[in-house]
Amino acid sequence: MALTLQNGVAEAIRAHGVETYPNECCGALYGKDGVVTATYALPNTTEEGPRRRFLVRPQDYREAEKRASAMGADLLGFYHSHPDHPARPSQYDLDHAWPFFSYVIVSVKSGVPEDMTSWRLQEDRSAFDQENLTHA
Amino acid sequence: MPNTIHIPTPLRPFTDKKESVEVSGATVGELLKDLTTRHDGLKKHLYTDEGRLRNFVNVYLNDEDIRYLQKEQTPVKPGDQLSIVPSVAGGAVSPKPRAKAEGAR
Repeated sequence: MALTLQNGVAEAIRAHGVETYPNECCGALYGKDGVVTATYALPNTTEEGPRRRFLVRPQDYREAEKRASAMGADLLGFYHSHPDHPARPSQYDLDHAWPFFSYVIVSVKSGVPEDMTSWRLQEDRSAFDQENLTHA
Repeated sequence: MPNTIHIPTPLRPFTDKKESVEVSGATVGELLKDLTTRHDGLKKHLYTDEGRLRNFVNVYLNDEDIRYLQKEQTPVKPGDQLSIVPSVAGGAVSPKPRAKAEGAR
Protein backbone atom coordinates (compact mmCIF):
# COMPACT_ATOMS: atom_id res chain seq x y z
CA MET A 1 0.00 0.00 0.00
CA ALA A 2 1.24 3.44 -0.87
CA LEU A 3 -0.14 6.94 -1.08
CA THR A 4 1.49 9.52 -3.30
CA LEU A 5 1.15 13.22 -2.54
CA GLN A 6 1.46 15.36 -5.62
CA ASN A 7 3.53 18.50 -5.47
CA GLY A 8 2.01 21.03 -3.07
CA VAL A 9 -0.25 18.61 -1.18
CA ALA A 10 2.06 17.92 1.77
CA GLU A 11 2.81 21.64 2.00
CA ALA A 12 -0.92 22.45 2.14
CA ILE A 13 -1.51 19.90 4.92
CA ARG A 14 1.45 21.18 6.95
CA ALA A 15 0.35 24.79 6.48
CA HIS A 16 -3.16 23.94 7.69
CA GLY A 17 -1.71 22.19 10.76
CA VAL A 18 0.37 25.25 11.57
CA GLU A 19 -2.57 27.60 10.99
CA THR A 20 -4.85 25.81 13.47
CA TYR A 21 -2.14 24.96 16.05
CA PRO A 22 -2.59 24.32 18.99
CA ASN A 23 -5.86 22.89 17.70
CA GLU A 24 -6.23 19.98 15.32
CA CYS A 25 -6.94 20.66 11.67
CA CYS A 26 -8.76 18.35 9.27
CA GLY A 27 -9.46 18.16 5.59
CA ALA A 28 -10.34 15.93 2.66
CA LEU A 29 -7.92 14.24 0.23
CA TYR A 30 -8.84 14.06 -3.45
CA GLY A 31 -7.27 12.23 -6.34
CA LYS A 32 -7.24 8.96 -8.23
CA ASP A 33 -5.60 5.57 -7.86
CA GLY A 34 -3.62 6.37 -4.72
CA VAL A 35 -2.36 9.75 -5.92
CA VAL A 36 -3.58 12.78 -3.97
CA THR A 37 -3.83 15.77 -6.26
CA ALA A 38 -5.83 18.18 -4.08
CA THR A 39 -6.88 18.81 -0.51
CA TYR A 40 -9.78 20.73 0.91
CA ALA A 41 -9.65 22.19 4.40
CA LEU A 42 -12.70 21.40 6.51
CA PRO A 43 -13.95 22.99 9.72
CA ASN A 44 -13.09 21.09 12.88
CA THR A 45 -16.51 20.96 14.52
CA THR A 46 -15.68 18.81 17.53
CA GLU A 47 -17.27 19.80 20.80
CA GLU A 48 -14.83 17.68 22.79
CA GLY A 49 -11.89 20.09 22.63
CA PRO A 50 -10.17 20.75 19.30
CA ARG A 51 -6.69 20.45 20.82
CA ARG A 52 -7.02 16.69 20.78
CA ARG A 53 -10.03 15.89 18.62
CA PHE A 54 -11.42 16.57 15.19
CA LEU A 55 -14.85 15.96 13.76
CA VAL A 56 -16.14 16.25 10.22
CA ARG A 57 -19.92 16.49 10.48
CA PRO A 58 -22.14 14.46 8.15
CA GLN A 59 -23.21 17.58 6.24
CA ASP A 60 -19.56 18.50 5.63
CA TYR A 61 -18.83 14.90 4.63
CA ARG A 62 -21.65 15.06 2.07
CA GLU A 63 -20.18 18.25 0.64
CA ALA A 64 -16.78 16.56 0.50
CA GLU A 65 -18.24 13.73 -1.60
CA LYS A 66 -20.08 16.16 -3.88
CA ARG A 67 -16.86 18.09 -4.38
CA ALA A 68 -15.15 14.89 -5.47
CA SER A 69 -17.80 14.28 -8.12
CA ALA A 70 -17.58 17.87 -9.32
CA MET A 71 -13.81 17.54 -9.63
CA GLY A 72 -14.02 14.20 -11.41
CA ALA A 73 -11.86 12.80 -8.62
CA ASP A 74 -12.28 10.27 -5.84
CA LEU A 75 -12.46 11.07 -2.15
CA LEU A 76 -9.36 9.17 -1.05
CA GLY A 77 -9.46 9.94 2.66
CA PHE A 78 -8.86 12.63 5.23
CA TYR A 79 -5.96 14.33 6.94
CA HIS A 80 -5.66 15.73 10.41
CA SER A 81 -2.98 17.09 12.69
CA HIS A 82 -1.73 15.88 16.05
CA PRO A 83 -0.59 19.01 17.87
CA ASP A 84 2.35 18.15 20.16
CA HIS A 85 1.76 14.45 19.64
CA PRO A 86 3.43 11.95 17.31
CA ALA A 87 2.06 11.29 13.83
CA ARG A 88 0.67 7.94 14.91
CA PRO A 89 -3.00 7.02 15.09
CA SER A 90 -4.63 6.85 18.51
CA GLN A 91 -7.15 4.30 19.71
CA TYR A 92 -9.74 7.03 19.16
CA ASP A 93 -8.62 7.32 15.52
CA LEU A 94 -8.95 3.55 15.18
CA ASP A 95 -12.39 3.41 16.79
CA HIS A 96 -13.71 6.00 14.32
CA ALA A 97 -11.95 4.94 11.12
CA TRP A 98 -13.63 4.01 7.88
CA PRO A 99 -12.28 1.25 5.64
CA PHE A 100 -10.36 1.96 2.43
CA PHE A 101 -9.76 5.61 3.31
CA SER A 102 -6.25 6.92 3.75
CA TYR A 103 -5.73 8.79 7.00
CA VAL A 104 -2.85 11.22 6.77
CA ILE A 105 -1.56 12.54 10.11
CA VAL A 106 0.87 15.41 10.51
CA SER A 107 2.56 16.03 13.84
CA VAL A 108 2.88 19.71 14.76
CA LYS A 109 5.27 20.34 17.63
CA SER A 110 5.29 23.79 19.24
CA GLY A 111 3.73 25.16 16.07
CA VAL A 112 6.27 23.55 13.73
CA PRO A 113 5.19 20.72 11.40
CA GLU A 114 7.24 17.54 11.74
CA ASP A 115 6.50 13.94 10.70
CA MET A 116 3.74 13.09 8.26
CA THR A 117 2.38 9.54 8.00
CA SER A 118 -0.52 7.76 6.33
CA TRP A 119 -2.64 4.89 7.61
CA ARG A 120 -5.35 2.51 6.50
CA LEU A 121 -7.78 0.56 8.63
CA GLN A 122 -7.30 -3.20 8.58
CA GLU A 123 -10.21 -5.24 7.28
CA ASP A 124 -11.14 -6.55 10.75
CA ARG A 125 -10.91 -3.05 12.32
CA SER A 126 -8.30 -4.31 14.79
CA ALA A 127 -5.48 -1.93 13.80
CA PHE A 128 -4.13 0.43 11.16
CA ASP A 129 -1.52 -0.46 8.56
CA GLN A 130 0.96 2.27 7.78
CA GLU A 131 1.07 3.25 4.12
CA ASN A 132 4.22 4.16 2.35
CA LEU A 133 3.96 7.91 1.74
CA THR A 134 5.68 9.14 -1.38
CA HIS A 135 5.92 12.53 -3.01
CA ALA A 136 5.64 13.37 -6.68
CA MET B 1 -41.17 -0.34 -5.62
CA PRO B 2 -37.94 -1.20 -3.84
CA ASN B 3 -36.05 1.10 -1.52
CA THR B 4 -32.57 2.34 -2.21
CA ILE B 5 -29.66 2.99 0.14
CA HIS B 6 -26.99 5.52 -0.80
CA ILE B 7 -23.57 4.06 -0.01
CA PRO B 8 -20.69 6.39 0.98
CA THR B 9 -17.31 6.13 -0.76
CA PRO B 10 -15.48 3.99 1.84
CA LEU B 11 -18.18 1.31 1.80
CA ARG B 12 -18.51 1.01 -1.97
CA PRO B 13 -15.82 -1.65 -2.28
CA PHE B 14 -18.32 -3.88 -0.46
CA THR B 15 -21.13 -3.09 -2.94
CA ASP B 16 -19.26 -3.71 -6.19
CA LYS B 17 -18.52 0.05 -6.30
CA LYS B 18 -22.21 0.87 -6.55
CA GLU B 19 -23.26 4.25 -5.15
CA SER B 20 -26.72 2.97 -4.32
CA VAL B 21 -28.15 -0.43 -3.65
CA GLU B 22 -31.73 -1.68 -3.82
CA VAL B 23 -33.05 -3.28 -0.66
CA SER B 24 -36.36 -4.28 0.81
CA GLY B 25 -37.95 -4.21 4.23
CA ALA B 26 -40.61 -2.51 6.32
CA THR B 27 -38.38 -0.52 8.66
CA VAL B 28 -35.02 1.26 8.50
CA GLY B 29 -33.50 -1.59 10.51
CA GLU B 30 -34.83 -4.17 8.06
CA LEU B 31 -33.41 -2.27 5.09
CA LEU B 32 -30.01 -2.11 6.77
CA LYS B 33 -30.21 -5.81 7.62
CA ASP B 34 -31.03 -6.62 4.01
CA LEU B 35 -28.03 -4.52 2.93
CA THR B 36 -25.60 -6.25 5.30
CA THR B 37 -26.96 -9.67 4.34
CA ARG B 38 -26.48 -9.00 0.63
CA HIS B 39 -23.06 -7.40 0.97
CA ASP B 40 -20.64 -9.32 3.09
CA GLY B 41 -18.18 -7.31 5.14
CA LEU B 42 -20.35 -4.23 5.66
CA LYS B 43 -21.81 -5.21 9.01
CA LYS B 44 -18.73 -4.70 11.16
CA HIS B 45 -18.25 -1.19 9.81
CA LEU B 46 -21.85 -0.19 10.53
CA TYR B 47 -22.53 -2.02 13.79
CA THR B 48 -20.67 -2.56 17.06
CA ASP B 49 -20.05 -6.07 18.35
CA GLU B 50 -23.14 -5.55 20.52
CA GLY B 51 -25.24 -4.95 17.41
CA ARG B 52 -25.77 -1.21 17.80
CA LEU B 53 -25.23 1.23 14.94
CA ARG B 54 -21.81 2.84 15.44
CA ASN B 55 -22.12 6.43 16.63
CA PHE B 56 -20.18 7.84 13.66
CA VAL B 57 -22.56 6.12 11.25
CA ASN B 58 -25.38 8.49 10.36
CA VAL B 59 -28.47 7.16 8.64
CA TYR B 60 -30.92 9.46 6.92
CA LEU B 61 -34.38 8.56 5.70
CA ASN B 62 -35.20 10.96 2.87
CA ASP B 63 -32.75 13.47 4.41
CA GLU B 64 -34.06 13.13 7.97
CA ASP B 65 -31.68 11.75 10.58
CA ILE B 66 -33.25 8.54 11.91
CA ARG B 67 -32.10 9.53 15.44
CA TYR B 68 -34.89 12.13 15.32
CA LEU B 69 -37.42 9.65 13.95
CA GLN B 70 -37.90 6.19 15.44
CA LYS B 71 -34.29 5.16 14.82
CA GLU B 72 -34.07 1.69 13.32
CA GLN B 73 -37.74 1.03 14.08
CA THR B 74 -38.74 3.88 11.72
CA PRO B 75 -41.23 2.49 9.20
CA VAL B 76 -40.44 2.96 5.52
CA LYS B 77 -42.71 3.38 2.54
CA PRO B 78 -42.05 2.03 -0.95
CA GLY B 79 -39.69 4.39 -2.73
CA ASP B 80 -38.25 5.92 0.44
CA GLN B 81 -34.52 6.50 0.21
CA LEU B 82 -31.95 5.80 2.89
CA SER B 83 -28.48 7.34 3.03
CA ILE B 84 -25.51 6.24 5.09
CA VAL B 85 -23.37 9.30 5.78
CA PRO B 86 -20.11 9.08 7.73
CA SER B 87 -18.97 11.37 10.46
CA VAL B 88 -15.20 11.42 10.28
CA ALA B 89 -13.55 11.76 13.66
CA GLY B 90 -10.23 11.24 15.32
CA GLY B 91 -7.69 12.87 17.49
CA ALA B 92 -4.30 12.72 19.07
CA VAL B 93 -5.21 11.19 22.38
CA SER B 94 -7.19 8.11 23.26
CA PRO B 95 -10.08 9.08 25.48
CA LYS B 96 -10.10 6.66 28.41
CA PRO B 97 -6.58 6.84 29.88
CA ARG B 98 -6.50 10.58 29.21
CA ALA B 99 -9.86 11.15 30.85
CA LYS B 100 -8.59 9.44 33.99
CA ALA B 101 -5.41 11.49 33.96
CA GLU B 102 -7.35 14.70 33.55
CA GLY B 103 -9.76 13.76 36.28
CA ALA B 104 -6.82 13.37 38.63
CA ARG B 105 -5.55 16.89 38.02
